[in-house]
Amino acid sequence: MNEQIFVSGKNIPEIIPNLELWGGPIALYLFFGGLAAGIIFFANYFYLRGRSNTMVMTIKVAPIIAPIIIAIGLILLVADLNHKLYFWQLFLHIRMNSPMSWGAWTLTVIMIPAIVWPLYYLPESIEYIKQRAPKSKLIGLFSWINNFVRQFKIILWIFKVFEKNQKLIAYLTLYLSVILGVYTGILLSAFNARPLWNTAILGPLFLTSGISTGAALLIWLSNDHKEIKKFSRLDLFLIAVELFFIIHMFMGMKAGSIAQVEAGLLFLGGPYTAVFWVTVVGLGLIFPAILEIMELGGLKISVWIPAFLVLMGGLAFRFIMVSAGQFSSYHII
Amino acid sequence: MKTTRRQFIKISGFTAAGAVVAGSVLGSVQKVIEKSAQGNITSDSDLTRTPTYCEVCFWKCGAWVYKDKKGNIKKLVGNANDQHARGKLCPRGTGGLGMYTDKDRLLKPKIRVKNAKGNETFKDVEWDEAISYIADKMEAIDKKYGKEHIALFIHGAPAAHFEYLFKSYGVENSAEPAYAQCAGPREAGFFATFGSGVGSPEPADMQNSKCITFIGNHVGENMHNSFVQEVSTAIDNGASIIVVDPRLSTIAAKTKFWLPIKPGTDIALLLSWIHILIYDNIYNKEYVDKYAYGFDQLKEHVKNYTAEWASAITTIDPNLIRDAVYEMAKAAPASVVHPGRHTTWYGDDTQRERAMAIINALLGAYGSRGGIYMGVKQKLPEYPGVPAFPEPKWTWKEITKDKFKGASVGVTNVLIDASLATYEPEHQIKAWFIAGTSFINSIPDKKKILKAMENQELIVVVDTMPMEMTGYADVVLPECTYLERHDYCRAGKNRIAQVAYREPAVEPKGDSKPAWWIAREIGLKLGLEKYYPWQNLEEVLAYQFEQIGTSLKEMKKLGVKTFESSDPIYIAPGEDYQFNTNTGKIELYSTDFEAMGYDPLPKYTPNEEVTPGFYHFIYGRVPMHTFGRTQNNPYLYELKKENEIWINPKIGKIWDIKNDDMIWLKNQDEVISNFAIKVRLTERIGLDSVYVAHGFGHTSKFLSKAFGKGINDSELITNIKIDPVMGGTGMRANFVTFLTENPKIEEVKS
Amino acid sequence: MRFAMAMDTKKCVGCGDCVVACQTENNVPLGFARDWIVESVQGIYPETVKMHFKSERCHHCDNTPCVRTCPTGASHVIEGGIVKVTASECIGCGACIEACPYEARYVHPDGYVDKCTFCDHRVFAGENPACVDVCPTDCLIFGDLDDANSPVSKVLKEKDWYVLAPEAGTKPQLYFLK
Repeated sequence: MNEQIFVSGKNIPEIIPNLELWGGPIALYLFFGGLAAGIIFFANYFYLRGRSNTMVMTIKVAPIIAPIIIAIGLILLVADLNHKLYFWQLFLHIRMNSPMSWGAWTLTVIMIPAIVWPLYYLPESIEYIKQRAPKSKLIGLFSWINNFVRQFKIILWIFKVFEKNQKLIAYLTLYLSVILGVYTGILLSAFNARPLWNTAILGPLFLTSGISTGAALLIWLSNDHKEIKKFSRLDLFLIAVELFFIIHMFMGMKAGSIAQVEAGLLFLGGPYTAVFWVTVVGLGLIFPAILEIMELGGLKISVWIPAFLVLMGGLAFRFIMVSAGQFSSYHII
Repeated sequence: MKTTRRQFIKISGFTAAGAVVAGSVLGSVQKVIEKSAQGNITSDSDLTRTPTYCEVCFWKCGAWVYKDKKGNIKKLVGNANDQHARGKLCPRGTGGLGMYTDKDRLLKPKIRVKNAKGNETFKDVEWDEAISYIADKMEAIDKKYGKEHIALFIHGAPAAHFEYLFKSYGVENSAEPAYAQCAGPREAGFFATFGSGVGSPEPADMQNSKCITFIGNHVGENMHNSFVQEVSTAIDNGASIIVVDPRLSTIAAKTKFWLPIKPGTDIALLLSWIHILIYDNIYNKEYVDKYAYGFDQLKEHVKNYTAEWASAITTIDPNLIRDAVYEMAKAAPASVVHPGRHTTWYGDDTQRERAMAIINALLGAYGSRGGIYMGVKQKLPEYPGVPAFPEPKWTWKEITKDKFKGASVGVTNVLIDASLATYEPEHQIKAWFIAGTSFINSIPDKKKILKAMENQELIVVVDTMPMEMTGYADVVLPECTYLERHDYCRAGKNRIAQVAYREPAVEPKGDSKPAWWIAREIGLKLGLEKYYPWQNLEEVLAYQFEQIGTSLKEMKKLGVKTFESSDPIYIAPGEDYQFNTNTGKIELYSTDFEAMGYDPLPKYTPNEEVTPGFYHFIYGRVPMHTFGRTQNNPYLYELKKENEIWINPKIGKIWDIKNDDMIWLKNQDEVISNFAIKVRLTERIGLDSVYVAHGFGHTSKFLSKAFGKGINDSELITNIKIDPVMGGTGMRANFVTFLTENPKIEEVKS
Repeated sequence: MRFAMAMDTKKCVGCGDCVVACQTENNVPLGFARDWIVESVQGIYPETVKMHFKSERCHHCDNTPCVRTCPTGASHVIEGGIVKVTASECIGCGACIEACPYEARYVHPDGYVDKCTFCDHRVFAGENPACVDVCPTDCLIFGDLDDANSPVSKVLKEKDWYVLAPEAGTKPQLYFLK
């Protein structure tokens, strides 16, 4: 029998018996970050592919969501700080080695094109909504915003600059969106002390998952049949890649040090096994993939069902990873 | 000190230039915030210090109280020149500050009154009212029965002040639980052998020993400061340590000589050791020939007690028994069997201590370097001009000595027996005065204590905390803590003669008062002015200091002062040494015991065995608490909030109980624990025993932290084995079983 | 200068004195701890059972994941390799706590992250950390590894030692004597 007990009462609840410092806000922050990365990625990617007129939803309308959820993410991040009044210290330092610093800066920088882009396209977006849903209350709100911002000369000037360099900006933003997507994984994988997180595959995995949730959202929002089909196909591909990454993550862990083997065991027989394989892999990846295949095969299925499942799966994935990672640690004897 | 900024840039490798500029702009703001956020860590040079000696346990380590510029106590640190402290305090001493800061402290005198509804309750009163009340009652008892019918129960530094008060009043009926519930048997056993008791600190010369033997003593879990330090030094010196304990105690885990003994069979082991020492001819022959009396009788007595005989009884491997005693003999005379402290186990305790003393004699340990030294002390003179104490008509001796001839001081349980309404009226106790001990938590047989209390016409309790005992008092007097008062100096026996001084570091909180003040005020009310010619204790101390060649000023500076002593602490080789016994020699065969009608040589008699489903109920201590006194101390509470019951994992499996389960205990007499206790499954304990640490499970709701945390072992100790020699209450012959459901709920159902 | 601490598991009795001394010396709020005691039991009663205590705290690693992950530089290394946190730069994001394999950091009730400082205010004044000075068994040994005559250098040369979670690659500077 092996017994390890604290005999001096280190009763710090968020640390003992196991680390529970990061919870819902961080998981949500990562989810919104990934989702925003996906939306921005597709908007810029298809813009650069010259689909501005055929994929209006993707390129012009959906990006409205990005700055909103990035802002929510940032608010969640600050809300989760224990020393909140000092949050500004984040923006006094650039720390190349700190993923937290990276995240704060990436979110801040990407916020600029994320705001300018949908504002620039706002008149077209309003038109798009008018055509599809003429009674939407959003039309009034967006029109008001549009009229409001366009009173300012500086904004008009920004739009001018934007228009002139849109291609360059799109390239940069595309790049930033990939960084943002990868970052959501790296924030966790940079912690050597948490063997579950400490794998290089977490960055690509979170990026793929983020873009996949982005695609799912676009499927849900769009009612252009062609667009939906395109994203369904894309999403299928992304789900396949994600499954491949997940399997590789566990293969890597099983082949790793004792700490990593034990981290992997959290999902392979340990306390997180059922919730992970059922919720994330089953309901969040495989089941929607089957639905999407059936739909592509011609069966009539409400598009929002697989999309919703992918989104929920992505959210659950982040909650589980954040929680389980803090459960994994080095054995100190 | 060079700190952050430059270094930080180097480490981070890259910092945005703009950020640095912004940083410097915000720099001044930051500094202000930094001060408030980083707390007030102060270096020692900004602190002042005053001397004290610690009162959290009764090792009384010399210490310094460090205060900041505002006069708030910052920390307590051991006095480097004190032989008890050696510059260190134990966790309780370090956390002693918590005694002062505890929010639950008693801060106002209280008197028991009936409220409008007829219920009894406490009323806060002024000191004068409380003291008049006590004096009136004492005088009434004097008139009705005689003043000798008042008993004094005491512990710690306040004891001296109240003993003085009672002696001047003409009463000598005092007892400390520290004797009959703790260290008494070793005093009687060692006195019968060497003509001198053990005392505290125990004069075991462990720092110079090559081999130390502990019989059930769990040093490290009892955290007596220099005691632990000496054992640590012994480990550094490569000394062998032999530990006899049914449990893998802390010290047992540090040695290869752990003898996991079956509970209650220690005397069999000791007798076999004596047998091997004598019959294998490995005892210290020269020493025994010169100093010991009764060797032949002893030799004859232990004739049959071989290692194999003892092994069958103790379940210890006979080879381990032999190896251990050979190890002891090899190191002799720098080899000591430690007398232990809490020695009231099975009622045959004085005899067990006798056996231990005999082994020490056979090793030639007494008076040898690395064995047992003979302590020296600096005498402190009495204050002049005080008349002799009046002669009481009878004292504790009259009611104790006919039963327990070997008792050298008052026996608590004898005084409790004498407090029962059924006791002979001539010597019946009618009033209790209690200071510094909540003995209802430590003396077994609570029912009897409650009955005895019903017969009392006055119960006064002096304490710093609302301990359980205060709930039974007619008058509660709030004593201030040792950090707020003067006391008599610590000047007990030790390797060198030292005097340790205590002075108040801060003003007493609320209406709490020093014990000397309380005693004096009662004395004045009783018309004993002539015994109190001084105004405050500082005058007495100043006088004493002058007489021994120092001064108040010097003692304030030193805290602890060392005095020359001409008495040697070891017996010189070949010296003709006279022991304070009837024969003038070490009595292997006790002529005293023979005369009193006790066994002159220790015998083994089997103790009660476990019955199925029950387990030996072993109790002990944790290093961060003193008895039941410190569980509410905020610092020590954080270290250890509750006790757990140690159960062997195999037993846990049988009962289907897991770690952290809460269970209730029931003893052989159907007594159920007041609270549930947390389970700890551990291989540190065997299959026939369970273990809990003493001092927890407080029932006083006024102890806001400690209330209901863990269980109190004392309430489950109902089978008491009285030591026939000195009246000790043996408490280890108790057995418990487990209740996994709340027994209180069961009661409601039925 | 490279400060380090050795801890003699042979002598420690797990009394918790180091914890209380740290508490009063550094105003560590009640309920929190910068250092703590772990009891480890292995084996079977009575033949093989073994037990030892460890007094643990920040390992003041050579390779500091906590400093690396800190987004503001609040966590930093000062002279002698002591890892510290500047409260006024700390945003309390918890990244350093996640990064520490020894769980040596905690969130102070005021919001910033707090941890062992090796009592730098004492050490640079020529004294030992409070926990070292108070230990009744003298089981904590502190000093400068760059000084071959310091107590810690000597004891590490003389005795067998190990460090915790060496595979985490942090190069910890808290050594445990066997």
